[in-house]
Amino acid sequence: MVYLLGVLILASLVVLQTAVFSHVILLNGTADLVMLAVVAWSLQKKARNTWIWAIIGGLLVGYVSAIPFWASLVGYLLAAGVAILLKQRVWQVPFLAMIVATLCGSLIMNWIVVAALRIAEVPVSLFESLNQIILPGILLNLLLALPFYFLFTDLAGLLYPADLEM
Amino acid sequence: MKVISSRSWRSVFLILIAVGLIALALGGYLTSITRVVLSPVITAQTWLSTRFLALQNYLSAPQDLAFLRLRNVELEAEVSRLQAEIIDLKQQLSETRVLSALVDFARVRPENRYIAAAVIGRDPNPFVKYAIINRGSDDGLRKGMPAVTQQGLVGRIAAVTAGAGRVQLITDPASSVNVRIEPGGAQAVLNGSITGELALEMIPQSANVQTGDLVLTSGLGGNYPGNILIGQVLSVRSRETDLFQRAIVQSVVDFSDLQILLVIMNFRPVDISPLIPTPGAP
Repeated sequence: MVYLLGVLILASLVVLQTAVFSHVILLNGTADLVMLAVVAWSLQKKARNTWIWAIIGGLLVGYVSAIPFWASLVGYLLAAGVAILLKQRVWQVPFLAMIVATLCGSLIMNWIVVAALRIAEVPVSLFESLNQIILPGILLNLLLALPFYFLFTDLAGLLYPADLEM
Repeated sequence: MKVISSRSWRSVFLILIAVGLIALALGGYLTSITRVVLSPVITAQTWLSTRFLALQNYLSAPQDLAFLRLRNVELEAEVSRLQAEIIDLKQQLSETRVLSALVDFARVRPENRYIAAAVIGRDPNPFVKYAIINRGSDDGLRKGMPAVTQQGLVGRIAAVTAGAGRVQLITDPASSVNVRIEPGGAQAVLNGSITGELALEMIPQSANVQTGDLVLTSGLGGNYPGNILIGQVLSVRSRETDLFQRAIVQSVVDFSDLQILLVIMNFRPVDISPLIPTPGAP
């Protein structure tokens, strides 16, 4: 049930990303809604097997996007891994964990894409990538990080209601 | 007899007084008297009428108010509907203008068969420049078909599904187009970049390239048809120590506002890889 919902949510985010957020550009960078969703869900205390959400997101983005298929899969898995690690270490300050996880996830995702493109012999300048795409993309992701965290916290509350102590 | 006569005289006398008063009134001689007499009557009438109307409005206000509120809601709904219709019509007008320009473009080039496709999205990753269109293999699209607008070259089909396709724009960093620069006729290669900038590479040093020169597809390599306009040279960088000149091109197509494009259906890219000699082969 949770995974089916994950497919629906991530598919909706991919559609939103391609149709709407691809036009919201800062320099040449855009927000990554799927990465934000994966990270926000991974930070939820009660969420289990969040790596499955990363795989679903990676498969969906890999199918739609022209970047090498494995790049999005590996990128989202690593981003989810960082979020899970932070959840265990910084559990007392979830907002800070979300900000840090977003920052790390964005860097990981973008650098993996750069590496994948270079492996595919696409001429990509590292300096230009950092200035024009990576840093603006990180800023946009950070702006959306907390709203995503709150949304997914509510979603986790709905899916995993708190147990009543008798 | 005396009684009848006295009554008759009294009646005649009263009639004469009434006629006299009426005659005086019609003559305007009683104006001041009537004014004085009627003034308090009029004042009382006005006071009573005002109070009555106020009471009547007070009692009938709820019905009027409810009716007015209902009518207001109906009118607001009608305004919203009309505003939505205006927006829809404006969108249709904009699409009609674009399609009209594309039809004119197609008429000028009757040798090609075109199919129009709407751009429904962009690649979710900002490093690559691809557009997603609402036509696919069910509509006859195949990988490698070029995409143009009435202004110039857009790109080519990179992947198709049954109902959608992905177009690699010429601004994509992995895109390379063989071009010809006019009026000089020099051959070069047009490359995209992650910023969307178009750069002309491998321009011979002997070529005389100026700002404003037109850049068209040359048809070499078989990936694109020839003589499709791409843009104009914006700046040229020529150093004696370099093997080739380099230039920046301004595309005629506004890729940030791409809504509808034409796919050339009757062009098949030529696969020249078997003709390229491999190292070590006899």
